[in-house]
Amino acid sequence: MDTQITGKMLDLTIRKRQESLKGTAALIYCGAVLFSLLLSAALLIFQGNSPVEGISLLLQGAFGSMYAIEDCLIKAVPIYLCSLGVAIAFRLQIWNIGAEGQFALGAIGATWVAISFPGLPSWAMIPLMMGAAFLLGGAWGVIPAILKLKMKANEIIVTLMLNYIAILILDYLVYGPWKASDSYGFPMTDEFSSAAIIGTIGETSLNWGLLICLLSGIVIYIFFKFTVMGFELKASGENVRAARYAGFPYARLVIISMLLSGAFAGWAGFVEASATLNRLQPTIMVGYGYTAIVVAWLARLNPFYIGISSFLLAGLRVGAENLQLELQVPAAFGDIMEGMILLTILAATFFIHYRFARRQRS
Amino acid sequence: MTPDMIIPLLAATVQSGTPILFATLGAIFCEKSGVLNLGVEGIMAVGALAGFSVSYATGNIWLGFLAGGLSGMVAGGIHGLVCLVFLGNQVVSGLALTILGVGVADYLGTPLIGLKAPGFVPTALPLLSDLPFLGPVFFRHDPLVYISYLVPVGMWLFFRNTRAGLRLRSVGENPDAAQAAGFSPTHYRWLGVLCGGFFMGLGGAYLSLAYTHMWANHLTAGRGWIAVALVIFAFWNPLRAVLGAYLFGGMMAFQFRLQASGTHIPSSFLLMLPYVLTLTVLVFSSWKGGSSATPQALGVNIEPAD
Repeated sequence: MDTQITGKMLDLTIRKRQESLKGTAALIYCGAVLFSLLLSAALLIFQGNSPVEGISLLLQGAFGSMYAIEDCLIKAVPIYLCSLGVAIAFRLQIWNIGAEGQFALGAIGATWVAISFPGLPSWAMIPLMMGAAFLLGGAWGVIPAILKLKMKANEIIVTLMLNYIAILILDYLVYGPWKASDSYGFPMTDEFSSAAIIGTIGETSLNWGLLICLLSGIVIYIFFKFTVMGFELKASGENVRAARYAGFPYARLVIISMLLSGAFAGWAGFVEASATLNRLQPTIMVGYGYTAIVVAWLARLNPFYIGISSFLLAGLRVGAENLQLELQVPAAFGDIMEGMILLTILAATFFIHYRFARRQRS
Repeated sequence: MTPDMIIPLLAATVQSGTPILFATLGAIFCEKSGVLNLGVEGIMAVGALAGFSVSYATGNIWLGFLAGGLSGMVAGGIHGLVCLVFLGNQVVSGLALTILGVGVADYLGTPLIGLKAPGFVPTALPLLSDLPFLGPVFFRHDPLVYISYLVPVGMWLFFRNTRAGLRLRSVGENPDAAQAAGFSPTHYRWLGVLCGGFFMGLGGAYLSLAYTHMWANHLTAGRGWIAVALVIFAFWNPLRAVLGAYLFGGMMAFQFRLQASGTHIPSSFLLMLPYVLTLTVLVFSSWKGGSSATPQALGVNIEPAD
């Protein structure tokens, strides 16, 4: 079957390659980033800025100094955790778009522990906060899983609606019952006790969330590589019907993958509340959960590549902030590049498996 | 509640439901051809910006409305390019389009924040607006609302009675059969993506031109996603989409009024109502067999043979 694309004007048809092109993935990724940079340069010109200055401010702001790189790493931590979670669900072809909401619930859980038991020593406080974040984030992930299994409700929309609901729950708490007495009307909780704050590593401004990322990544790698359930999960994602024939417990896999997915996003919320803000406030929601989806897809769901692409997309955020500071370029610049890079890579991946050919007259 | 309270509430329901109705119809049109477009939120944002800025620059509100639709068509075209030409994953492409579209609208719209542009104002329809009850609820709105009454019927007739409509639907069910019947399924998918994008863009333009008359960031506030959910509630039927859009519009109008009345319920909970309603409606319509109305080839790209 031919897929004709533009009719008679360009008489082209799509053909599948006999063998997939090898070793071009890196080329495609570089090309896509370059293409997106070109389009962003056009946006800068539209705004009346020099594109050369803009792009160099973007890159310098992100990777130009030790301070900048530390900032990228700090922002990469929540993105990595959310993305690791999202990738588990994606493996099973469950489209969890709800990392943003699961992140919010994780932050709420951690905060509840921190402000309810301020007297706890840190050896009890931190594990309890992590446990609460894990459970609440995980629960927010299991709801769509159950609705999908029992009611056939589309998980994309359920997770999205739960994002909006989660953010409003967070708003309610910090504007209402959890609002600090001395916040001068600002919506925020009391600052956490020092036992509830995960500290920084040595002389750097990096926090121990980095270690959580490292360990989580290794655990997930081992889970998929060496455990039976990891194998079942991967196999079911590749072919649901065959997996059912093989007797894999599909429903249980869906629940567990969504539980883990939500739990990791919940931990990201815990790290942000504890290490970055030292309290809960609405500004904790900056869209890490959505960036995580882009990251997971770019990294082809591999925990190691997720690390690299989390760092790069965190760099895009840090660079865009610098651009906003120096040239008053709206913060949405970073989102535009994020969307553009993803779209171009999605389109360019085509050339690995297919080629265009001139239509043969018969 | 007395009639003097119910009638304004229902009239407000129709108005809040209209942008969602346009967007839902666009999503139905696109999905009927087998292309899942999760970029509705982004396309609406772009349409809202284009509509507003053209109306602001030219002073012509109809030109603005048209620009909203056409920009939606262009944005939908990006999705078409990625999924129909380059065979990219439809879910991911749609999500990326939402990130891109909302970003572009925020970026280009920054200088317009707080500005006012000429917009649509209510014009009562002669005779019809004098009907008791129905008149004030349905026929004392801006002209775009009247257009939104015609589109679902037109779309329903298009799917039922025209050759193009039947072919578009068959492509959404089984592209191989379309190929065998001698027409290109890809052409009809393009039709679905582009016209669908047009209606989503109109939905966005309605927001900025008739609903707020003012530009603000994140004007769409999740309405695009609600439209995606309402497609399932509507069982892909344009006429049922009206019901879904007004159900949602009613909840918007209701929570707004409740907030204005100075209730003690925290505003976060009131703002939550539309999303909770959408979730409930989605779950129940999926459970009641919505999946059997799903176009069979939805989300599946047309693969070349060799």
